[in-house]
Amino acid sequence: MTLDEAPLDREAPPIEVRGLVSRFGDNCIHDNLDLVIPRGDVVGVVGGSGTGKSVLLNTIIGLKAPEAGSVKIFGQDIRYARRRQWTAIERRWGVLFQQGALWSNLTVRENVAAPLFEHTDMGRAEVNELADLKIALVGLPPGAGALKPSELSGGMIKRAGLARALALDPELLFLDEPTSGLDPISSAGFDELIQDLSDSLDLTVFMITHDLDSLYAITDQVAVLADKHVVDMAPVHELEKSEHPWIREYFLGPRGRATAEARAAAAAHEGVR
Amino acid sequence: MRLTRAKMNKPADFDLKSSDTGSVAVLNGDWTAVLMGEANERLTEVLRGTSGVTIDLSGVTRLDTSGAYGVLMAMAASAGRGEIIARPEVRRLVDLVAEAIKAEPTPVKPRRPVFELFARIGEGVLNIGFDVFDLFVFNGHLLVSVGRAAARITWSLFPWLFRMFGWSRPAPIRWAPVFALAERAGLDALPIVATTTFFIGAVVGLIGADMLSNYGAQVFAVDLVGIAVLREFNIVITAVLLAGRSASSFAAEIGAMKMKQEIDAMQVLGVDPFDALVFPRFLALLATIPLLTFVATIAGLCGGMVVIWSELGVGPSMFLSRMVEHVGVKHFWVGMSKGPVLAVVIAAIGCRQGMEVGGDVESLGRRVTAAVVQAVFSTILIDAFFALVYMKLHI
Repeated sequence: MTLDEAPLDREAPPIEVRGLVSRFGDNCIHDNLDLVIPRGDVVGVVGGSGTGKSVLLNTIIGLKAPEAGSVKIFGQDIRYARRRQWTAIERRWGVLFQQGALWSNLTVRENVAAPLFEHTDMGRAEVNELADLKIALVGLPPGAGALKPSELSGGMIKRAGLARALALDPELLFLDEPTSGLDPISSAGFDELIQDLSDSLDLTVFMITHDLDSLYAITDQVAVLADKHVVDMAPVHELEKSEHPWIREYFLGPRGRATAEARAAAAAHEGVR
Repeated sequence: MRLTRAKMNKPADFDLKSSDTGSVAVLNGDWTAVLMGEANERLTEVLRGTSGVTIDLSGVTRLDTSGAYGVLMAMAASAGRGEIIARPEVRRLVDLVAEAIKAEPTPVKPRRPVFELFARIGEGVLNIGFDVFDLFVFNGHLLVSVGRAAARITWSLFPWLFRMFGWSRPAPIRWAPVFALAERAGLDALPIVATTTFFIGAVVGLIGADMLSNYGAQVFAVDLVGIAVLREFNIVITAVLLAGRSASSFAAEIGAMKMKQEIDAMQVLGVDPFDALVFPRFLALLATIPLLTFVATIAGLCGGMVVIWSELGVGPSMFLSRMVEHVGVKHFWVGMSKGPVLAVVIAAIGCRQGMEVGGDVESLGRRVTAAVVQAVFSTILIDAFFALVYMKLHI
C-alpha cells in the first residue's frame, strides 16, 4: 500500500480550530477558542495551570470530542472524517505525550517500529533499520533500542517517545511539555533537535511548554491560552510588548525577564564575535 | 547532651506584664506545632476582651507556622490588636501567615442530610444506567472487532469475493499477542488448575465413600466423583481460577496502559485498542479454556480415584470401567460445552473493567476488584443457568 494522501488538502493549514467549546460538567474549559497554525511553523502553546492546554491537545488529536466548534487537520474536519481520511491523517502526524506513553511491553525499537508496521508494507528488516535510524536521530545510544521503557531514564523516555512520533516522518508534530523534567543540558539538546528537524523536514510543530528557554529558542509563534481562549498569537518578541496582564506577568516576571536578558546578552556576544 | 536538648526544647509559655505604657505578653519557649501544647489557648483566654496588648516575640526560641497561627488567632480574639515586637525573620514569618489566613475561607454549604440521601440514591440509580449503557458500548465495540477478524479470515480464504465487491483488504489479525497471552493466561495456569481440581476430586471421593458406605452403596462413590467432576467441578474451578488470575490481570494491564496514556498513543496511531488489546485476550482465553478444562477433568478424576482406591479398595481398573459403563461421555461434553461461554464472559469482564479505569490509582484498584468479583459471580450464575437448562433438556 502506498501512502495515500489524496483525501487531504495539501494547501490547507495543518491545524485549524474554530469556535471550540470544551466543558467538563459545569466547568467550562474553552469558550469559542480559535487557533490556526500555518504550515512549517513551530508554535508554542503557553497558559497557566488549568487553562486546558492538554485538553486542547487531546481535542485536536481526536481523543476528546468537543462540545461545540470544529477542528480541521490538513483541511479535514475530524468530526466527519471517515476511516480512510483518518488513516491519511494518522500517517502525517506524530504525537509525543507528556509522560512519553511508550508501550511498556515492547522494547524501544519495537515501539518506534510499531507505526511503520501499522502504516507501511515494509519488511521486518527494513522496518528495524529505519527504527534504529530514528533512535540514533533523536540522540539515543545504540544499545537503547533493546531496552524496555521501564529501564530508561526520564530524558531517554522523552527521546524514545520523540523517535516514535517521528517514525512515519510526519508533517505535523505534537509535543506535550517535551522538556519538562529534563535537566537544562538535556532540555537545550532537545530544543536543538526539534529546531534542526523542523528546519530540515519542514515540520509544523504544536508544542505545549512551560519552558521559557524553549519558547525563545525555537518557536516561530507563541499562542497564549487565557480567559478560556487564545488571547494572543505572535512571535515571542512581540508578546513581550503585549498589554494583557497574564502575558505581561509571564514574560516580564522575574523568570521571563532573566531569560530574555540572557538571550539578548548571548545574541550581543554572538554579534561582537 | 541532655542539657542542650532540654534547653533546645522548651515548651511554649508566656508572661503577661503590665506597666504604665500598657500590657505586654512576653512569649518564651518554642512556639512550634510539637511544643506549643495549650499555650495558644491560654494566651487566647488571657487576651480575650483586652485591647492593645503588645505581643513580644523576641524571647521566643523557635516559631513555626502553627505557632505564628496560634499567636495571630489569639490576637484576633482580643478586642483591639496590639503591636508585635519580634526579630525581623520572625516578623517575616508572622506576616506570611497573616497574609495566608487573610484569604476568604470557602463558605461551607449547609448540610441537608435528607436531600443528600436522595441525591445519592438517584446518582446510584443513574450510575447503574450509565454502567449498562457502557456495557452495551463495550459489547458493540467488541463485536465490531470480532467482525473485522471474521472479515480478515474470509479475505484470506476467498480474496476474490472482496475484489468482486471492491472492498478494501481487512487489517490483519494480531496473532503475536494472542499466542503470548494464551501462554500466560492459559498454559501458565495449568499447574494451579490441576492441583485444585485434584483436591476437589479427592474431597468429593472421600465424602461420597463415607456417606454412601452408610447405605452399603459405597461403589456409587465412583459415579458421584465422575458426574461431579465431569459436569461441574472441572469447568467451575477452571473458570473461577481464570477469573482470579486472568480477569484481574487483564483489568490491571489495560487499566495501567490507560493511566499511562499508552492507549491514547495507540488511538493516535489509528490502532483500535479493541483490536490490539481486547480481542487477543478474548481469543487467548477462548482457545485455552478447553485445554484447561480437560486437564482439570483428568486431575479431578485422579484425585477421586486415589481416594476411592485407598478408602474402598476399588482399584483404578475397576474405577475406570465403572466410569465408562455407568457415567459415560455425555457428562464430559456437558462440562466442556460451558467452557467457551465462560471464557468469553471472563475475558470481556476483565477487559471492560480495564478500559473503564480513570486517571487515578484508586479507580485502578476498584476496577480490578470489580473484575474479579463480577467474573466469579458470572461464572457461578452462568453455571447455574446451564444446570437448569440441561436438567430441563434431560441431558
